[in-house]
Amino acid sequence: MASTLRSLGRKLSTYVVLGPLAILLAFPFYWMLVTSFKEDLDLYNAENVPYVYNPLRWRFWESATTKHVEYIFESTPYVDWIVNTVVVGAVVVGVTLAVALPAGYALARLSGSWGQSAGIAIFLVYLVPPTLLFLPLSPLVARLGIHDSLLSLMVVYPSFTIPFSTWLLMGFFKTIPQELEDAALVDGCSRLKALVRIVFPISLPGILTVVIFAFSLCVNEFIYAFTFISSSGNRTISTGVPNELIRGDVFFWQSLMAATLIPSVVLALLYNLFLDRFIKGFTGGAFR
Amino acid sequence: MGTDAARSRPSSKPWRSVFESRRVLAPALIAPAVVFMVLVVGVPLGWAIYLSLTNAIGGSLTGDWVGLDNFTSAWADDNFRKALRNTLMFTFGSQAIVLVGAAILAHFLIRDFRGKWFIRFLILLPWAAPVALGTLGWLWIFDSLFSVINWTLGHAFGVIDTNDPPQWLGRPNLALLAVTIVHAWRIMPFAVVIFLAGLASIPNEVDDAARIDGATGIKKLFYVTLPLQLPIALVALLFGIVFTAADFTVVYVLTQGGPFNSTQMLTTWSFQIGINSGSLGEGAAISLYLFPLLAAVSVAMLLFAKRAQVA
Repeated sequence: MASTLRSLGRKLSTYVVLGPLAILLAFPFYWMLVTSFKEDLDLYNAENVPYVYNPLRWRFWESATTKHVEYIFESTPYVDWIVNTVVVGAVVVGVTLAVALPAGYALARLSGSWGQSAGIAIFLVYLVPPTLLFLPLSPLVARLGIHDSLLSLMVVYPSFTIPFSTWLLMGFFKTIPQELEDAALVDGCSRLKALVRIVFPISLPGILTVVIFAFSLCVNEFIYAFTFISSSGNRTISTGVPNELIRGDVFFWQSLMAATLIPSVVLALLYNLFLDRFIKGFTGGAFR
Repeated sequence: MGTDAARSRPSSKPWRSVFESRRVLAPALIAPAVVFMVLVVGVPLGWAIYLSLTNAIGGSLTGDWVGLDNFTSAWADDNFRKALRNTLMFTFGSQAIVLVGAAILAHFLIRDFRGKWFIRFLILLPWAAPVALGTLGWLWIFDSLFSVINWTLGHAFGVIDTNDPPQWLGRPNLALLAVTIVHAWRIMPFAVVIFLAGLASIPNEVDDAARIDGATGIKKLFYVTLPLQLPIALVALLFGIVFTAADFTVVYVLTQGGPFNSTQMLTTWSFQIGINSGSLGEGAAISLYLFPLLAAVSVAMLLFAKRAQVA
C-alpha cells in the first residue's frame, strides 16, 4: 500500500514539475502559433486577451485568418530561403561526411593511444567560435570572389560541422564491436572494404544522426550568412527572415511568426526522433 | 588484432599491404579532416591575430603593423569595457539559470512516463529552433506595446501599471536581463541533454547500493546523484560558457547592442567596430579579448578528458 502510494507520488511529481517547465520553455512557440493566424484588428488591440482569437467563439477559426501565412509564401522570397538553406545544408553535410567518416573511424579504431588526444584536439576546434573568424573571413571571401554566393557558405560551414561530426562519429564507431571487422578481415576483406561493407552499414543510424545535427548547425548559422550574403534572394532562412521580413520599424508579426515557427517545429521533431542516438554518440567519445 | 591477421595474409598487390598498415592508414584517413580544419579554422584564426596587430580597414586583408595599439585603444573605450562586463554577466548569469533548470528537468525526464515523447519535444523546441528565429519570437514577446508578458502582468494580474508597462528591450538593465533569459532559454535543452547522458551513464548498481544503504529521496539526491552528476554538470557548464560568450545572434536580433550600448557584448561590439565602422584591425582585437576565456575553457576540458580517461 505504502509503496503504491509512493510510486503514485513519484508519477505525480514528474508531471507537476515537468509540465509547467515544459510549457514555459515551449511558450514562445505557442505564441508564434497563435500570432500567425490573427487578424490585425485582433492583434493590435491591447484590451483583447492575447492568448486566444477575438472575438472569442467556440469555432475559434472563424475569428482567425490564414492570409498572413499565405503572404510569406506568395509575396516574399521565403521559399527561396528554404531552398537555399537546404542546398547549402546538403552540400555541407556531403562534404562533412566525406571527411569526417574516415577520420572518425580512424580515431576510434586505428590510432591507438594518441587517438583519444587527437579526437579531443579536433573537438577543441569546434570550440573556436565563428565570432572570432568572421572578421578575417569576410574580406577573404570577397577576395576569392565568392561573396554574396551560397558557395561562400558551403566553403566555410564545414569549419564547424567537421569537428562536431568527427567527434560524434568517433563515439558511434567505438560502440561497434571490433570482432565484426576482425571476422571480415580474416575472411579476406581488406580494411577499407571491411569499412565500407561492414562498419558503415551498421553505423547507419549513427551516421543519420550526424546528418541531422550537422544539417541543423547549418540552418542555425547566422553571423557568416549575415556578413557574406547581401542580396535578398541568396539569403538562408536564419538571416532572410529577420533581415528581409522586417521593413524598417514595420513588423508584420503574423507573417514573421509563421516564418519562424515552421522550420522550428520541423527541426524539433527531427531532434526528438534522433535524441537518444545523439546522446550515445556524444558521450561515447569521451565519458564512458 | 585485426591488422595482424591482415598482415600475415600474402598480398597480391604491394600498395594494398601499405594501406593495411595502421601506420599509413590512420594518418591517411585523418589527414583530410586535419587539412580542412587548418585551412578554414587555423588560417583565419592566425589571420585574425595578424589583423589585430595592424591598422587594416574594411575590405582589405592587410595593414600596417601597429603592435598592440588596437588592444590598448579598444580597452580605453568605455563601450568596450561595458561590453566586456556585459559578456561576463550575460555568460555567467545565463549559465546559472541553465544549470539549475537543466538539473531539475533531467532529474525528472530520465524517468519513464506516459507522454514523455511530447514533453521532451516541448523541452527540445528552444534548442532545435534556429537561434535567429527563436529569438524573433522573443522580440515579439518583449514588444513595447503588445508584450504578452505585460498584458499578463497588467490586465490579468494587475501587478504592473498598464499605462506605463516595463519596456523590456528599452531600458538598459531590463534589456540585459532579457537577453540573458533568452539565451538561458535557448541553451537549457542542450544542457538537459548532456545531463541526461550523464544520468544514463550512472550504473544501476549505484542505485541498488544506495537503496540497500537506506538512502532515499532527498538524501539520495544530495549524497549519491548530485556528486555523480558533478562531472557532467561541469561539461555542460563549459559548453554553455563557450556558446554564450561567443554568441552574436541573440543580442543582435533582440537589441543590436542597445539601448545606448547597454547590451553590447564583445561579439556585437567587434562587429560594430570591425564591419560597421570598418576598423577591421580593432574589431579583430576586440573579438580576441574572448580568447583567454575560450582558452581557459579548453584547458579545463582537456584536464577533464584526461581524468575521465584515467578513471
